Amino acid sequence: MATITSTTARTLLRPTAQKGLLSWLTTVDHKRIGIMYFWTALFFLFIGGVEALIIRLQLARPNQTLVHPETFNQLFTMHGTTMIFLAVMPLIAAFINYLLPLMIGARDVAFPRLNAFSYWIFLLGGIFLNIPWFFGQAPNAAWTGYVPLTLNQYSPGLNADYWLAGLQLVGLGTLISGFNFIVTIFNMRAPGMTLLRMPVFAWTTLIMSFLVIMAFPSITIALFFIMFDRMFGTHFFNIAAGADITLWQHLFWVFGHPEVYILILPAMGIISEVVPTFSRKPLFGYSVMVFSTVAIGFLGFSVWSHHMFTIGMGAVANTAFALTTMTIAIPTGIKMFNWIGTLWGGSIRFKTPMLYALGFLSMFVIGGLSGVMHSAAPANMQQHDTYFVIAHFHYVLIGGALFGLLAGMHYWFPKVTGRLMNERLGVASFIFSLIGFNMTFFPHHFLGLMGMPRRIYTYDAAMGWNTLNMLSTVGAFVLAFGFTLVLVNLLVSIKKGKEAGPDPWDARTLEWITETPPPVYNFAVTPLVSSRDEFWARKYQGAPALAAEEPGPIILPAPSYFPLLMSIALTVAAFGLVYSNLLLTIGLAATLLCIIGWAFEGVGEVTIYPKGFEQQ
Amino acid sequence: MSTYPLPQQEPQGAQESVALQAPAHEAHHAALGVDSKKIGMWLFIASDCMFFGALIGTYLIYAGKSTVGPYPQDLFDIPLTTVSTFILLMSSLAMAMAVHGAQHGDMKKLKRWLGLTILMGLTFLGFQVYEYSHFIAAGLTLSRNLFGTTFYVLTGTHGVHVALGVLWLTLLFITALRGDTKRVNPVNVEIAGLYWHFVDIVWIVVFAVVYLMADVAA
Ligand code: HEM
Ligand SMILES: [Cu+2]
Repeated sequence: MATITSTTARTLLRPTAQKGLLSWLTTVDHKRIGIMYFWTALFFLFIGGVEALIIRLQLARPNQTLVHPETFNQLFTMHGTTMIFLAVMPLIAAFINYLLPLMIGARDVAFPRLNAFSYWIFLLGGIFLNIPWFFGQAPNAAWTGYVPLTLNQYSPGLNADYWLAGLQLVGLGTLISGFNFIVTIFNMRAPGMTLLRMPVFAWTTLIMSFLVIMAFPSITIALFFIMFDRMFGTHFFNIAAGADITLWQHLFWVFGHPEVYILILPAMGIISEVVPTFSRKPLFGYSVMVFSTVAIGFLGFSVWSHHMFTIGMGAVANTAFALTTMTIAIPTGIKMFNWIGTLWGGSIRFKTPMLYALGFLSMFVIGGLSGVMHSAAPANMQQHDTYFVIAHFHYVLIGGALFGLLAGMHYWFPKVTGRLMNERLGVASFIFSLIGFNMTFFPHHFLGLMGMPRRIYTYDAAMGWNTLNMLSTVGAFVLAFGFTLVLVNLLVSIKKGKEAGPDPWDARTLEWITETPPPVYNFAVTPLVSSRDEFWARKYQGAPALAAEEPGPIILPAPSYFPLLMSIALTVAAFGLVYSNLLLTIGLAATLLCIIGWAFEGVGEVTIYPKGFEQQ
Repeated sequence: MSTYPLPQQEPQGAQESVALQAPAHEAHHAALGVDSKKIGMWLFIASDCMFFGALIGTYLIYAGKSTVGPYPQDLFDIPLTTVSTFILLMSSLAMAMAVHGAQHGDMKKLKRWLGLTILMGLTFLGFQVYEYSHFIAAGLTLSRNLFGTTFYVLTGTHGVHVALGVLWLTLLFITALRGDTKRVNPVNVEIAGLYWHFVDIVWIVVFAVVYLMADVAA
């Protein structure tokens, strides 16, 4: 095994634990952080899923009173908030954390301590958001938090306070990840890994991160506005004082629409890795794929008001936003054709990752089509705030984002653990998920067009919605069963999975060059990249396995206490926002101390001697 | 099995492989040839533009919508704010001199100009405190009207930026006094400088939009 020495320099001592709890609490290793993101995200996915099942049970039959109406509001609010901010986004962060450095030939992200901070603040923020469940005051004004619902008058309790402060915590972590990933991609690529040789997953990460750093400021400011209105009696949304409540909607959707592309782009990146590998062909139209991703990034900022067609913006604004929205379907469609072009004539292997990828392709088309239907402003008047919208965004979020992530999970599991996931269970989970998903959400199209409003507690038996609702609820349980099989497969395969070997899928990209599972230092020597699909070129086209450096000891960043400490300090401040100014002051002062400690902490580095280079 | 075209040209970076024979490999290199922290600062600035964009946009949307006074025209003392603006802008010059000192290894110059920058930043904040207390005395509070709400939150956010900048520069200054040239290196000083210039530029926009255009907007 590699020997490790630590050269912790003066000032504040940095931790040195390599094993045990402390090593996880202080780790700055992108792979460990990725693994922590993964399990935490699955945990929140479970919570969000249980909330969804309760919602579906309440709606299974007309005039039910399974839960209290107030609880129902809390359920759908927390379901949306959890799924978007605590499940899917962190799951994406898990993949990026683990894979991005490996894919571009780096040994870590650009700012490892900030990376750890992003994780801890997400974890604490996620717990924070869920705490008010314990005293029955979970957030209850929908994941969109529209004013005036979130102002004191209609939210006198703690519900909105927790929502506002919790989202600020989670958002801060995401924002910092955004900076981190961009700098990593710009600056940490191995020699020869030019931008246009990067895997498409790295490209989608890059654009997604730009969306994060340009979109999150808008919601951060908007959340502060509500907070100030609640705490200090400012008038940002006080109509009596001359304010305009659509300001919130604009600020929210200037963030909200880019956010949906934040959720889908990484999944598209994963699909762009999985489909070529299992078609045994290079990705069709790589540069067009990159270009469409960039185009989506720009266009994503020009469509936000398509969520507000019904508020009376006027014909000119409605037309303009309808047109920009329709335009965004073009680069999206181009991508779809590129994936189909990749499949075309390939020798396709229907392994679990590929099944989920094909699920993505077909389901995402359905979601995209209903999106284009929404974009026609006149039709939108009928569809807005009905179950038709629910159908749309679940097709893009589950059929799209989540299926993409599941494809990636089955694909990279062997890389992370060295073992294969069970193929039979994998196929079964896919079949149940696909059938359950369509059973749950396809009926929502009809329910929506029949006029069933979203966020509704119950409905009358005479509305004619009974059968479809029951079908949907049954489907939800089938879907839940499918996802349970995924979890079972994960847990079983970690312990008992077949040995995967270094290259189970005959893969193409750089992450498969190094050992499986990868050592802490990722690459014993940084590879010299000469091709877009470097690993494939080395295997089949006689590309030489060049290195960009002589073998030798490797310096890695040392662990640190401060990411965790600073997250705790900020969480204390968040409690202060809810309960008391004193607590807020303490939290902020502690944060300041942590920043100073962070800056003056010893310039810690760990020198690692990889195999064959043991310390003399 | 389909084949991949292999690029014919020399793999990029082939020369580097010969040059890199240092005994230990840093985990961090710079593929773009620019320090990572510096790229990070540029990205932060881009993102911060969106923060201020949202605040300035809100100010403009609500300009002239207040239902009760005091209104901007009743309170603004343009000559006074021009002076504080001028001081803040001049602090950018001082910061540039400090960066110049750092780049040429002239610690004395660095310390002198850094100290001056801090003083000017503090002076600007002093003006702001004076202005706020004056306005509050004249009846404009955070919760008085839309003008008060948007004015204090916009200029206050900027003030917090200045204050954090002063804190950052002060930490640098103290480190420089302790003679820690490893930390007070040109790159670190430059990055602090980037931030400081950015905060100044934002103020130019705020000054123009809030103060100079007060009559236009109302
Ligand atoms: C072809 C691309 C797309 C188009 C044209 C499109 C269009 C739209 C439109 C017009 C709405 C507003 C419907 C209404 O409330 O009246 C909407 C809602 C929504 N879309 Fe899309 N969309 C597209 C792709 C996506 C993707 C990729 C995602 C996420 C991965 C997504 C997630 C959502 C969500 C979450 C909502 C509902 C927001 C809410 O009210 O809570 N969409 N979409
Ligand atoms: Cu949208």
